[in-house]
Amino acid sequence: MIFRMSVIAVAGMLLVTACGKQAETEATLSEAETSVADTIRTKFLDAKPGDIIDIPEGTYFFERSLSLTVDNVTIRGAGMNETILSFKNQVAGAEGMLVTASDFTIENLAIEDTKGDALKINEGSNITIRGVRTEWTGGPKTSNGAYGMYPVQCTNVLIEDSVAIAASDAGIYVGQSKNVIVRRNRAEYNVAGIEIENTIGADVYENFATNNTGGILVFNMPNLPQPGYGTRVYNNDVFENNTKNFGHPGTPVASVPAGSGIVVNSNDQVEIFQNRIMDNKTANVIIASVYSAGFEGLQTQGDFDPYPEGIFIYGNEFSGGGNAPDGLDLKALKTLMFGLNGSLPDVLWDGFVNEEKLVDGQLVGEDRICIDNGTAGIVNVDGPNDNKNPSTDMSAHECTLAKLPAVELAGL
Amino acid sequence: MKKWLFVLLLAGVLACSENELQEPVFHADTNPEKLSDWGQVVSTNEQLVLARDVTPYDLNTPLFSDYAHKLRTVWLPAGTSAEYREDEVFEFPVGTVITKTFYYNVDGQQNSKQVLKTLALEGLPDNALPLQNVRLIETRILARRKDGWVALPYVWNQDQTEAILKRAGDIKRLTLVAADSETEFAYLVPDTNQCAGCHATNNTTRKIQPIGPKARHLNRDFAYSNGSENQLVRWQNVSILKDAPAPLLAGKNAVWTDERESLEARTRAYLDANCSHCHNKVGPADTSGLHLEPSDPIGPNFGICKLPIAAGTGTGGRQFGIVPGDPDQSIFSYRVESDNPAEMMPELGRALVHTEGAALIRKWIAQLEGSCGASL
Repeated sequence: MIFRMSVIAVAGMLLVTACGKQAETEATLSEAETSVADTIRTKFLDAKPGDIIDIPEGTYFFERSLSLTVDNVTIRGAGMNETILSFKNQVAGAEGMLVTASDFTIENLAIEDTKGDALKINEGSNITIRGVRTEWTGGPKTSNGAYGMYPVQCTNVLIEDSVAIAASDAGIYVGQSKNVIVRRNRAEYNVAGIEIENTIGADVYENFATNNTGGILVFNMPNLPQPGYGTRVYNNDVFENNTKNFGHPGTPVASVPAGSGIVVNSNDQVEIFQNRIMDNKTANVIIASVYSAGFEGLQTQGDFDPYPEGIFIYGNEFSGGGNAPDGLDLKALKTLMFGLNGSLPDVLWDGFVNEEKLVDGQLVGEDRICIDNGTAGIVNVDGPNDNKNPSTDMSAHECTLAKLPAVELAGL
Repeated sequence: MKKWLFVLLLAGVLACSENELQEPVFHADTNPEKLSDWGQVVSTNEQLVLARDVTPYDLNTPLFSDYAHKLRTVWLPAGTSAEYREDEVFEFPVGTVITKTFYYNVDGQQNSKQVLKTLALEGLPDNALPLQNVRLIETRILARRKDGWVALPYVWNQDQTEAILKRAGDIKRLTLVAADSETEFAYLVPDTNQCAGCHATNNTTRKIQPIGPKARHLNRDFAYSNGSENQLVRWQNVSILKDAPAPLLAGKNAVWTDERESLEARTRAYLDANCSHCHNKVGPADTSGLHLEPSDPIGPNFGICKLPIAAGTGTGGRQFGIVPGDPDQSIFSYRVESDNPAEMMPELGRALVHTEGAALIRKWIAQLEGSCGASL
C-alpha cells in the first residue's frame, strides 16, 4: 500500500512537471485582500469561540452582507457614532449582518443603510445587543430595510442602550423568542419603534419611543410555530408617534394607524404600566385582533388565537392623544362620538372577542381587558360590526389581573 | 504492481496531451490555496478535465444561479460508498469531495465580462468540459471531513488555468447577453459563512450538508462518456452509493422545463430546488412558517392565503403569499420577480431574475382555484 501511494506521488510529480504552465498562473487572483472591509470580513470567517472582534473607530463600506456562524463571539466597536459599518453600496445579501450563533454580543457600533435588515440573529441563545445604532440615514422611507435589530427564534435576549432609526418595519423587532429584555433604547422614525412578536416572556422598559408610526407593539402572527404571551411594557416614554405609516402594504405593521402609542395585537397576557404615554394622535393604547386589518377571510393554522386576552393596563401617565386618528373610519367615529374638537379615550379596542368564551356577553377572569388607570377610558369601536355600535362603557374593564413575573436573564 | 507503475507512468508521459487523468485528493484538515491541489477538476489544454473516478452528475431541477451553467462532480475514496436515504441527502463517508463549477459561455475572449445566456449542456460525453468560448467563474468544494462537511469557494483566474481559494468570497461584475437584451449584474461568490446560509439546511444543528445529492434530484439519465445511464444506477454500479432501490421505486422530481410533466410537479420541483433548503420545518426560514418541501401539503404553510411575517419590502404591497388565481396579488411572484436584495427570493445566490422560473410560478398560481376572501 505504501509503495502504491509513492508510485502515485511520482506519477503526480511527472504530471506537474509536464504541465509546468499550470503552476505559474495563479498570480492574478492570489493578491492579498487588502481592503479594510475584507479584513473585517475575514475576522468574521476566522472567528473562534471566545474571540472578541474589535472594530476601531472609522467608517467601513461593505458591498456584501457579513455573517457570523461561530458561538461565543463578541463584536465590539468604539461607539455607536464612532464605528460605522455602512452598507449604502450593498449589492448582495438580505441583511447587513447575519448571525447564526449563540452566546453572541455586539456592542458600540452602528450599522447603516442596509438594503434589507440591519442586524438579524437567527436562532441563538444568550444574545446581547448593547449600544448599537441601526439607521437609514435618509430618514423614514418605504425603500428602507425592514428591521434594525432583529433577533428571531432566540432565547435569553438583552437589547439595551441602543438606537434604532427609520426602519420601514420595526426598529427593534424581537420575533418568536423566549426570555427577552429590551431596555433603555431609543426608537425613532420607524414604522414600529419596538415590536415584540410571537415571543414568550418579554420585559420592555425605560425605552424612549417617539416619532414612529406606532411606538411599542406586542403582536402575535398566525402560521408560526410559537404563539407569544407574557409581555410587560413599563416605565417607557411613548410620545408623539405620529409619523405617517411608510410601511409596505401587506406587512402586518402597515395596518398600524399613524399616531399609535402602544399596540397589542392578538397577543395574550400583556401588562402595560407606569409608562408615560402622550400625544399619540390615534390613541395612546390600542388593543386589537389580527382581524382588524381586513384579514377576515384569513386561513390560519387551526389553533391560532387571534384575540388579545388578559391585557392589564394600570398606573400609566396619559396625556393628549386620540385627537386626530388616522383613517377615515376612526376619524368619523371620533367626530360622531366626541365631536370635532374631542378626543378618543386613551385606550382603543377593536372589540373582536372569542364568542365561545363569553359569559353574559363579556370576557371573564384571566381573559379580560382590565384598566385600572385613574380617569383613563376605553372605546370599543365594534370592529366586528363595521363600527355600528361603538361604546365607552368601562364596566367590563374595571378590574385587575394577576401581575406577571419579571423576566430574568441568568448570566447576561 | 508492475502494471500499475506502467499505467501511471504512461499517464505521466501523456500529461498535457488529450486525456491525462489526475488523481483526486482529499485534504483531511487543510484548505489548499489552489483548486488543482484537490485534483478533482483540472484545467488543462483548453479543457476542464475530471480526474480519475470523478463522476459528473446533474439534477432534475437545479437551483437558479444567474444563468450560470454548473458542472457537478462527486468523488469518494476507494472502497467507500454513500448510504442511500429516501428523502434526505445521502450519507457520504469521510473523504468525499463534491465540486460544482460555475461557468458561462462567452463569445471569443474567455475573460470577457459579457457572458451569454445559453442553454445548459446535457451530460458530459467527453468527461471534460471544453473551455473554448467558456468563462469559468468559480468552483465550490464540499469536502466531508471527520467533523463534518466544509464548503470552500475557489475563484478562477483570468487565464482559466487555476482557481484560488477565496474564503471572503467575491463580486464579479458581468453582463448577461441574451438575444434581445444586455443586463449588467453583480455575480456573488459567497464567503465561507454564506455557504452555510444555504448548506446549513437545519438551522438548529447548523451542520453543513450537500443539497443536491438526494434521490429525487438525481433520479434521471446522464450522458456519460460511455453512454447514457440513470444516475442512481450508475452511482450504485461504481460504488458511490449502496442500497439504492431501482429508479422506479425512488423519488423523482420533475424537470421544471419538461412540459410533459404536470404544472404542479414542475413548480414543486422548482420550489424544492430553489427554496426548500431554507424553507423547511427546521431550516433558517422556519421563522416564516413557509414550508416548501415536496412533502409539504399545499395549504396555508405552503403560502396559500398566508400572511407575510417579516417580509418587509418583500411583500411588494401584496397581502398574501399566494392568492389562488392571482399571481399579481401574490407575494411569491413579487419576490421571485424582484432583483432587489432587500426583497428578492432566494435572498442569496442570484442578482438576476430567473424569468423562466418566475413564469412557471406565475402560471401555476394563475390556475389555482379559490380566493383569500379579503383585500386591503
